[in-house]
Amino acid sequence: MNTRPVWLGKPRPIAIALKALALTLICAVVVFPFLVVISTSIATQQQIDANGGYVIWPTSVSFEAYKEIFNGTQVSRSIVISVGVTAVGTAFSLACTVLAAYGLSRRQSLFQRGLLSFVLFTLLFAPGMIPVYLMVKQLGMLNTYWSLIIPTAVSAFNIVIVRGFIQAIPHELFDAARMDGAGEWRILRSVVLPNSKAVIAVVGLFIAVGYWNNYFGPLLYLNDTEMWPLQLVMRTFVLDNNVTTNAQAIPGYVAPPAQSVQMALVAIATLPILCVYPFLTKHMSKGMLTGAIKG
Amino acid sequence: MAVNQTLPRVNPPPENKLHTQRKMPFLTKLWRDSPLLVMVAPAVLILLLFTYIPLLGSVIAFMDYVPFLGFTGSEWVGWANFSSLFSDTAFWNALWNTAQITLLQIVLFFPVPILLAVLLNTVAMPMAKRFVQSVIYLPHFLSWVIIVALFQQVLGGNGVLNRFLLTHDMSPFEIMSNPDTFKLLLTTQAIWKDAGWGTIIFLAAIAAINPGLYEAATIDGAGAWQRFWHVTLPGMRPIIVLMLILRLGDSLTVGFEQILLQRDAVGPGAAEVLDTFTYFNGVVDGSWGTATAAGLLKGVVSLLLVLAANKLAHRLGEEGVYRR
Repeated sequence: MNTRPVWLGKPRPIAIALKALALTLICAVVVFPFLVVISTSIATQQQIDANGGYVIWPTSVSFEAYKEIFNGTQVSRSIVISVGVTAVGTAFSLACTVLAAYGLSRRQSLFQRGLLSFVLFTLLFAPGMIPVYLMVKQLGMLNTYWSLIIPTAVSAFNIVIVRGFIQAIPHELFDAARMDGAGEWRILRSVVLPNSKAVIAVVGLFIAVGYWNNYFGPLLYLNDTEMWPLQLVMRTFVLDNNVTTNAQAIPGYVAPPAQSVQMALVAIATLPILCVYPFLTKHMSKGMLTGAIKG
Repeated sequence: MAVNQTLPRVNPPPENKLHTQRKMPFLTKLWRDSPLLVMVAPAVLILLLFTYIPLLGSVIAFMDYVPFLGFTGSEWVGWANFSSLFSDTAFWNALWNTAQITLLQIVLFFPVPILLAVLLNTVAMPMAKRFVQSVIYLPHFLSWVIIVALFQQVLGGNGVLNRFLLTHDMSPFEIMSNPDTFKLLLTTQAIWKDAGWGTIIFLAAIAAINPGLYEAATIDGAGAWQRFWHVTLPGMRPIIVLMLILRLGDSLTVGFEQILLQRDAVGPGAAEVLDTFTYFNGVVDGSWGTATAAGLLKGVVSLLLVLAANKLAHRLGEEGVYRR
């Protein structure tokens, strides 16, 4: 298929070749590190030793490193924690966002202007790190998972996006529902939610990616290493090169190569992103960014 | 569009007016809208607790804050925290590093998504274009821990590049822990992560350019280069200026997590920036007042920078973030 306009004429073969080469190189630069990660994570000790720390193409395959990760070490616990925080956080944050977006969507409602300005104002100023930390401390949320979930749950940006979609729902639907005697909560459930599924899905995925990738939150708020989510454990294992395996706990057990465990961890941390990515790209260009550019 | 203009103008139906014209008593309106207010409440409460009150809490920049005594018990010290900040060489070092990184990123990072968008836009096969887009957007969604790990695996001491150099009798490069090139490394990582994602807004800007302009330019004998220079670039200019202003407003914010993760490898001399300075002074060392002063200073200067950049854009005849 080709979308070249007629007036443009045919490009020279050399131009096409150069362009294809450039794009291939760009894609290779993005993909290559992932290849190294996956290959190293499934390689054996001999091959890693022979190559000096990494493998680009594995000659033999072993999934020992993945077994090790899911075998009751600190890593398994941190994966469970990360999944839990992401799930609860996304549900909570999405609920706050959608409720606020609908609550602020009707122009004539009471205090609507004031409350909307209250929300929008937060786009201009970000409070400093220290006062927020002291607030979390004051509320007794230090060393609890709530400290990872609540402070970042509401973003004015997300509310604005969802609100825009709700306002684009044809207003006859609201009138009809009201005529049938539906209250606001019923309208939210029967009119707003079914008609804004796409935007809720995309905003929800962005929120989830944010919770999953959060590294500084737990570093700041959690002192107990037992409570650490995946990103922090990954830092200890991979960047600080401090790998703890079951070999310390079980005598006679031969642990998989440390490099494989490290790279398996990176692969596991990337996996959820890769799973939701197709949905993100599908909806991304649709409304979100065309809205951004219309201003 | 064209169809609408030829139709006779009809007054819009007065449906919305009905509601506003009828004055409703306050209590009736409160009763009617109370469910909406309940819906907004959680978000408002969270913003109040974690944005507004902390903004007011910045007053501890003017206090000798002692956590045990709290806001009410701690002593007011006026500008003392600021003067001790200004006499601290570590603060000036952090500010200087921040400025250097911002400058590097504006020069080296900022043009990349623009050029990439122009290149992508010339790809005539929709399949190929979509494939490349999916690949280059992906790194944006990865955490900094993963990105740094990937870079270590490829460019680190035992990484792919250095092993290749060693096995081919060349001397290895110290990349990941070299303070001299650390800022370039940061910029490279930022480009790898976000240049692809950054193309979205520029691609949208290019798509909004009227194709008739290209057609007219081609008929007038403009080559590819001239079309780029006289049609594409002017068409993208408002967005480029907008993004540049937003970037300038963020001058003092440079990849906090990214730097925090790699600070130990190169030491604070090369890696300390304003945010890490605030973190280590406040949370780690407990100098709450000084750290908050640094944070507050950063916030105020950022706001001034946006306003100044916007003013400059207006001077140059651009629209900027808001209209005059």
